[in-house]
Amino acid sequence: MDPRLLHQLTKLLGPRGVLHRPEDLLLYEYDGSVDVGRPDCVVFPRTATDVVEVVRLANRHKVPLVGRGTGTGLSGGAIARHGGVIVSFSRMTRIVEIDAENQRATVQPGVVNADLSVAVEHLGLHFAPDPSSQKACTIGGNVSENSGGPHTLAYGVTTNHVLSLEIVLPSAERMRLGSAALDPPGYDLTGLFVGSEGTFGLVTEITVKLTRLPEAVKTLLAIFDSVDDATETVAEITARGITPAACEMLDGWTIRAVEDYVHAGFPLDCAAILLIEVDGLREVAELEAKDVADVCGLHHAREVRVARDARERDLLWKGRKNAFGAAGRLSPSYYTQDGVIPRTKLPATLRRIGEISRKYGLQIGNVFHAGDGNLHPIILFDQRNEQQFRDTIRAGDEIIEFCIQMGGSITGEHGVGMEKDRLMPLLFSDADLGLMRRVRDVFNPEGLLNPGKILPTSKGCGEIYVRPRPAMAAPRA
Amino acid sequence: MSISGASVLSGTAKIVGNSNVATDPARIAAFEIDGSSPAAVVQPGSSDEVVELARFATHEKLAIVATGAQTKLGIGMPPRQYDLALEMTRLDRVIAYDPGDLTLSVEPGITLHKIASVLSEHRQFLPLAAAFGDRATAGGTVASGVDSPMRHMYGTARDFVLGMEFVTGDGVAVKSGGRVVKNVTGYDIHKLMIGSLGTLGIITRINFRTFPQPQTARTCIATFRGSTGACELRRMIAHSSLRPQSLEILAASADCAPELSRRAGLSFENSRWSVVATFAGDARVLDRNRHDLEAFAQAADPKSLESFAELRDAAAENVARYIAGFPGVILQYRPAAAIFKISALPTDLAGLAAGILSSEIGWTAVMRGLGVTYLALLAPDDSERSLQLLKPVCARIFSLAEKAPWGPSVMLWCPSKLKSEINIWGAPRGDFSLMKKLKGVFDPGGVLSPGRYVGGL
Repeated sequence: MDPRLLHQLTKLLGPRGVLHRPEDLLLYEYDGSVDVGRPDCVVFPRTATDVVEVVRLANRHKVPLVGRGTGTGLSGGAIARHGGVIVSFSRMTRIVEIDAENQRATVQPGVVNADLSVAVEHLGLHFAPDPSSQKACTIGGNVSENSGGPHTLAYGVTTNHVLSLEIVLPSAERMRLGSAALDPPGYDLTGLFVGSEGTFGLVTEITVKLTRLPEAVKTLLAIFDSVDDATETVAEITARGITPAACEMLDGWTIRAVEDYVHAGFPLDCAAILLIEVDGLREVAELEAKDVADVCGLHHAREVRVARDARERDLLWKGRKNAFGAAGRLSPSYYTQDGVIPRTKLPATLRRIGEISRKYGLQIGNVFHAGDGNLHPIILFDQRNEQQFRDTIRAGDEIIEFCIQMGGSITGEHGVGMEKDRLMPLLFSDADLGLMRRVRDVFNPEGLLNPGKILPTSKGCGEIYVRPRPAMAAPRA
Repeated sequence: MSISGASVLSGTAKIVGNSNVATDPARIAAFEIDGSSPAAVVQPGSSDEVVELARFATHEKLAIVATGAQTKLGIGMPPRQYDLALEMTRLDRVIAYDPGDLTLSVEPGITLHKIASVLSEHRQFLPLAAAFGDRATAGGTVASGVDSPMRHMYGTARDFVLGMEFVTGDGVAVKSGGRVVKNVTGYDIHKLMIGSLGTLGIITRINFRTFPQPQTARTCIATFRGSTGACELRRMIAHSSLRPQSLEILAASADCAPELSRRAGLSFENSRWSVVATFAGDARVLDRNRHDLEAFAQAADPKSLESFAELRDAAAENVARYIAGFPGVILQYRPAAAIFKISALPTDLAGLAAGILSSEIGWTAVMRGLGVTYLALLAPDDSERSLQLLKPVCARIFSLAEKAPWGPSVMLWCPSKLKSEINIWGAPRGDFSLMKKLKGVFDPGGVLSPGRYVGGL
């Protein structure tokens, strides 16, 4: 990188606002995925004006810019694939405004997801999108990736909760999209921007909806001796018109891995569990909990436990949310997939994942958002074994190809990033991708923002993609 | 238009067949927009034909307006140029419906009515109880961005459209999103199509998320003298654990109250403001809702509370129809009405109500519990005298845009003559430069509904 740019950035942000020594940059090579890429420097702006100035400087030197929250992403979204400047938002962590009356909050991008919910809990409110990494991931990152989480089944993903954004374009222009009020006139640029994975602009402020906490919550743990019984239970809950707040499934292998680590009280000898939550008015939660328990019984659940208090509920959720961490204890590395299928195709897809596991001799655990058909197979591998790494990527691709055959999609909540850009042609035609590229160019005409993400760089997707070096186990999904 | 009427006819007939092109004045009259009529009405029968038509239009520099049942052509500015009306109702199939997955794929010309009947067989529904719902098509409803009272619980098309296929102005068939309920693959380009009034693309397929039909619903109504109690009751409900399916505040000025009371089946007279809330669930859940709601109504403003009641069957349906069909009902009553959609914040509603009350012209309003407000200024006719009355009031509303309690406003419907004098979309906002560039990407030749949208797009 041009030393003059480094000098100018240091002058702007101070010596503590810029990292550039190789040993400092090492940490910023990674996110939660298996990809790596080294930035030339990392900067830490404190204000939107700082961001504008950083963008202006990088633009003048034609150096790539990559926004970054806390690096929990799972598709390489915050990795500097082609070097350049990482703009870390870890100093922009202010909750700017809480408007309890209108159930809105305005935050800086570096605010941690769970911190916002904690800050508004005394008002009876929370921020509904709840990725498993919510204690670490930032709302800026959630906006970029359009993050989901277990409770998105009933409450929707990030895009359903974002009203307005202040952004800085690569031209260093700062503007506001959308408004705190609903349905502002004009094209829905906020809706377009959310999920653009840092390729449209850097976000400097976010206005979100806050959601009222439910009066009552019931969390059920249903234990099954057969995976098919569990998946059929999910299908029947949907068919009966019940929309649980969350409906998660863990298979036997994952249950044992988690239980050994978290001690959530999951039985070690079962084939699958469903973690189902219903909420709302007391009367609604009671009624739905009973209906859900009935359906579980009809489909041969060995046992249905209802969490008696908040502590028991938290423990069950801790078991679910730490499934990926548990995998990390058992294997040097693991690769988490993020396929989506129509939920009626769950049984067939799980069988296919079993076949793929046997074909490559790779252990694959299954933990997923069963209610909306979003799968997270965890493939365990050893990063030192080159062949096993290649097999892992192939197995992941085969799972994804099967999801597409089932009418599904290649990513439900982790993003395309640099992990799946090469798979995009499996879902989209040249015309589709061409339009996406031209839309990106409206925001980011020179490709300086987060280059090498989402859109495939070369046409062929058949080639085997060899990653530079697999990373250590990622801590969450 | 650079070519003759005869060549338009032969060029389009070659694509869709003679029987699917009409030029007779009687047929064309239904497609008129503020006095401007197309040269021909063309009915494509496939996405490929839409592609060919867009290419033909681009090549011949013809302007296209895509339409479903023509119920909302009055929204927006008249097109700068208008050659072809693309009537999409031949594309009316259900492409796929998977009740178990709660997903539905349709062609744009299918009516909401037909969708409702298909879904009801599996006790599901689409929460798009929008204006003109008896005739409106899925494509027109989504493209015009009209919302439904049920957004209180289910959101808008933005929240339950999973993906789309559409044809760009230069005749390229593209798609974005998918058919699964959770998906972050690629840019959410279809979000741009929602409410863009056909200026970016011609929709050829929409994938919806569907919802289980609630078992039983009940409608409760609390009526207050004046707006204060009504606004306070809305606030109390919003701060409670209740989750209504819909929640609106209704009112009308004295001069129009008798007639509108009759149409809505409730009383607007003597400055009555009503809060209408709908709930769903089993008997216990409904009882709880009613109980809490009645207690809130009593507490909101005991002095001004006139009545609290549960509406049954026909009465409930009547009010629901009035609320969902609001613009249609109003235009039928007063064709020269100016109907605003005001993006207010919930806390602005009390101030907005006070502002509306000072209006110099007859009015009626539906305020959604989430803040979005439909305000109709009820001009008696489109005579010069009426327009002179309307104009300053409209101008005042736009001058207050972006400032509490008004928020950004658009004038969805108004007499044609007013459109040349008032910017019905309000002043362009800070992000207009991006919108303009996007229009250039989707419609480089400017053939799609030119000039109908915000800022002349």
